[in-house]
Amino acid sequence: MLNLFINSMLIENMVFAFFFGMCSYIAVSKSVKTALGLGAAVTFVMVMTVPLNYLLNQYVLAPNALAEGVDLSFLSFILFIAVIAAFVQLVEMIVEKFSPSLYNQLGIFLPLIAVNCAIMGGSLFMQQMVGTEINNVGDSIVYGLGSGIGWWLAIVMMAAIREKIEYSHVPAALKGPGIAFIITGLMGIAFMIFSGIQL
Amino acid sequence: MKLSKNFTNPLAANNPVIVQILGICSALAVTVKLEPAFVMGLSVIFVTAFSNLIMSLMRNGVPSRIRIIVQLVVIATLVIVVDQFLRAYMYDVSKQLSVYVGLIITNCIVMGRVEAFALGNKPWDSFVDGVANGIGYALILVIVAFFRELFGSGTLFGFDVLSRFGYVNNSLMLFPPMALIIVGVIIWIHRSINKDLQEK
Repeated sequence: MLNLFINSMLIENMVFAFFFGMCSYIAVSKSVKTALGLGAAVTFVMVMTVPLNYLLNQYVLAPNALAEGVDLSFLSFILFIAVIAAFVQLVEMIVEKFSPSLYNQLGIFLPLIAVNCAIMGGSLFMQQMVGTEINNVGDSIVYGLGSGIGWWLAIVMMAAIREKIEYSHVPAALKGPGIAFIITGLMGIAFMIFSGIQL
Repeated sequence: MKLSKNFTNPLAANNPVIVQILGICSALAVTVKLEPAFVMGLSVIFVTAFSNLIMSLMRNGVPSRIRIIVQLVVIATLVIVVDQFLRAYMYDVSKQLSVYVGLIITNCIVMGRVEAFALGNKPWDSFVDGVANGIGYALILVIVAFFRELFGSGTLFGFDVLSRFGYVNNSLMLFPPMALIIVGVIIWIHRSINKDLQEK
C-alpha cells in the first residue's frame, strides 16, 4: 500500500508522467496561495471520487457484476464523469452553505475541477489497475490520495518557481505559458529519478 | 466571409493549444508516435464538431443551470462512440491510446468551444468552429509527434527514415518531459512571429 502511495505520488506523478490536469495547472499556477487552494480541492475530490468509482466499477460496470452475462463496461466514461460532476456540485453546495469564506476563495476553481483531467484520469487508471495494484476500497483511497497529493505538489512547486521568474529576464516571446512548459519539462526530467523505487 | 475567418482563426492566430493553452492534458501523452497522434486528432475533430453541432441545436431548450451536465452527457456519448469504433476497427491504436480516448471528455477544448461558441451561435457556424478547433488541436499533436518519432525512434509512421544515415536514436525524446519542452518551443516560435500575443 505504501508502495502504491509513493508510486502514484512521485513516480507516476499525474502532471509529469501523464500530463493530467495541465490546463488548470498552467492557468492557475501564477501564485502559491491560489495553487494551494486548488491543489487541496483537487486532492479532496480525488480521494472521494476514485473510491466511489471503484465501487461503481466493481458492482455495476465490470463484466457479470450486475447480473450474469451483462457487461456494462462501455458505459464507464459516462458514469464516471456523472459521479465526478455530481460530486463537485455537491461539494460546491456544502461549502457554500457551511463556509462562505472558503467558498469565496475556491469559488472559481470548484466548477473547474469537474473538467480537470487529473480527476477523470485517476478514475480511468484506477479501472485499469483493478486486479493488479488495486484490490479493495482501501487501495483505491490510497491511490486517489497519492495522485491528488502528487498533483498538489506539482502545482505548488510550479507556482513557487513562477513567482520567482517574475523577476528574471525571460525572452519576451517565451514569457507566460512558454517558459512554464519548458520548466515543467525540466521538472519532469528531475522527477524521473524516482522511477524504479520499490518499497 | 465570416465563415472562412471562423475556420482559419483557430488554425494559427487563435490556436486552442498553443494560444489558449487548452486540452494539453491529452495532447502530449499520445505524441510518442505519429499514428496514434493522428488518430487522436481525428477523434477530437469528430467530438468537437458534433458536440458543437448538437449543443447548438439544443441551445434554446436547455436551462443554463443544468447546461454543464447536459454538455457532459452529450460529449461523453460522442466519446463512447469514438472509443467503441476504435476498439472495433483499430484495436492496436486503441490499445496505445488507452485512457486518453476517455479523457477527450474532460478535454477543455471540447467544453470550452461549446461554452464559448456553440451556445450563442447557429448550428452550421458552430459545426465549422468545432471542426476548425479540432484541426488546430490535431495540427499541434502532429507537429509534436513528428519531432518525437523522428528523433526518438528514427521513423515516420513506422517507416525507417534516419537510421540509414547512421543516426543513433535519442530515447530521451520518448519520455514525457520532452513533449512539454517541444510544446514550449512551439509556443516560443509562434509568439516570436505573432508579437501581439506576447505577455508584458
